[in-house]
Amino acid sequence: MIVAEKLSKFFGSKKVIQDVSVEVKRGAITSFIGPNGAGKSTLLSMVSRLLKQDDGIVYLDGKDVHKQKSKDLAKTIAILRQSNVVQMRLTVRELVSFGRFPYSSGRLTAEDEQKVSEAIAYVNLEELEDKYLNELSGGQKQRAFIAMVLAQDTEYILLDEPLNNLDMKHAVQMMKLLRKLVEDFGKTILLVIHDINFASVYSDRIVAMKDGQIVAEGPTEDIIQSDVLKSIYDLDIDVHNISCNRICVYF
Amino acid sequence: MKLIYLLIITVLLAVCSLFVGVENVSFSALWNLDEEAWNIVLISRLPRMLSIVMAGTSLGICGLIMQQLTQNKFVSPTTAGTMDWARLGILVSLLVFTDASPIWKMCIAAAFALFGTLLFMGILQRLKQKDTIFIPLVGIMLGNVVSSIATFFALKFDLVQNMSSWLQGDFSLIMEGRYELLYISVPLLIIAFLFANMFTVAGMGEDFATNLGLPYKYVVNVGLIIVAIITAVVILTVGVIPFLGLIVPNIVSIYRGDNLKNSIWHTAVLGASFLLVCDIAGRLIIYPYEISVGLMVGVIGTGIFLYMLLRRKAYA
Ligand SMILES: Nc1ncnc2c1ncn2[C@@H]1O[C@H](COP(=O)(O)OP(=O)(O)O)[C@@H](O)[C@H]1O
Ligand SMILES: [Mg+2]
Repeated sequence: MIVAEKLSKFFGSKKVIQDVSVEVKRGAITSFIGPNGAGKSTLLSMVSRLLKQDDGIVYLDGKDVHKQKSKDLAKTIAILRQSNVVQMRLTVRELVSFGRFPYSSGRLTAEDEQKVSEAIAYVNLEELEDKYLNELSGGQKQRAFIAMVLAQDTEYILLDEPLNNLDMKHAVQMMKLLRKLVEDFGKTILLVIHDINFASVYSDRIVAMKDGQIVAEGPTEDIIQSDVLKSIYDLDIDVHNISCNRICVYF
Repeated sequence: MKLIYLLIITVLLAVCSLFVGVENVSFSALWNLDEEAWNIVLISRLPRMLSIVMAGTSLGICGLIMQQLTQNKFVSPTTAGTMDWARLGILVSLLVFTDASPIWKMCIAAAFALFGTLLFMGILQRLKQKDTIFIPLVGIMLGNVVSSIATFFALKFDLVQNMSSWLQGDFSLIMEGRYELLYISVPLLIIAFLFANMFTVAGMGEDFATNLGLPYKYVVNVGLIIVAIITAVVILTVGVIPFLGLIVPNIVSIYRGDNLKNSIWHTAVLGASFLLVCDIAGRLIIYPYEISVGLMVGVIGTGIFLYMLLRRKAYA
């Protein structure tokens, strides 16, 4: 379980995260939603120890993340950041192989190779695995990065806007894959996601943020409500039940 | 290109290098155990060949490490000012510790080189403009400022003669007893090879590396220390060899990609053969006189550098 207690973060004199406390349950998908600049990426970076908070503590399975060995953490928690630029000439397979770095420091065993192939297959990039990343489209690149995080084979998976650049088909496939990882392998997944309907259909819990604070939190059906959404986005949003899913209409 | 072919070419070049020179040394003379021929080989030709191979290999690897860690194909000991700082360091060691032993000079030069490179990395982090070509320009400017300071003090304290001998790489004065400092680069290269995978991951950026459990700062520092010491050692023994660290890794990157696991051996071997070619050419063009290797590499290197600049769109 991930428990954040009274986290605060300043950038300069601006407090971008204010006293945020949140619990993330294991074996579920928790989606973080909210307007741009709400602090979602910053919160995920602190949870995954990439960024040090100015105040508060993050507990991962009961232990302070900043007091654990980075190398061990890399086998427990993996994060894909919002934007990933590669200048390097690397093939898809080489990138995905980095995911095994915490286990074998670059000298891949047969088991590692197996996991790498599996991860590439998950995101349907088998045919492109020997292509250089700079020869791929934005969506293909994004899938390669997701595959790398999956190859890391961690219990906690944090994905910051993973659907960026993905077409509809691949976005749906990606969300189905994430559900499968939760159901079949008991993974715990944290997402930042902008498409409210994807959040509604695929997540177990939703955390809504605004101005560096959590404004709503709970099971998906409690959050996907017109009045709650209005308070988050300042937008009139109708919620309809369509084939057992709660779908938002806001055009 | 297969590594094995590259190796064979390099060995052939190395053998050629042993037989090129004013004093004629023939293969048959060596075969007949001619004492004079063997003396020439052992005292001057072999040290020269070994130092070329070590310098070429090390500078290639230095460039590779720097380009990987900065994620910029135009960064190298030349274009980051590392070489100029090392020269300033040597000058300071001459001024402050007259009669400094070579090891001392090396330590001080390496410390200066490290400081300069760290300064460059610091500026790089603060730069808003991450334009690939802007960054090496900053490094070159910084290097020129440092270089002028060094020249000023050299003039003032009458050390210009000394300084200019490090200005242009030259193997003609290398002989037994004057190049052994270069062996320091061997263990450093071994460390670089052991760290190859880590340098690759570090090149993906601090967040990316931390996520994979890599101690990012430690790996970067190891890389920069290797670069600083090697640069200092090469300048002290051979002199400045510009551009090699810039172009060799770039050429390898085109056909081997940027995973150090795949490219580090090629870079090492190509660095050695490139320098061997330049040195042999420099010895033959105006035979029996010599063009210094620094000048040769400078001319050939500038050409390739210009070519790289012109086709840099293809890299991005
Ligand atoms: N490295 C940074 N330096 C300064 N300000 C930052 C930095 N990263 C984020 N911020 C600011 O922090 C706030 C929250 O950003 P972020 O966590 O990226 O929001 P979100 O992911 O919810 O869109 C924004 O106002 C942003 O401008
Ligand atoms: Mg964000």
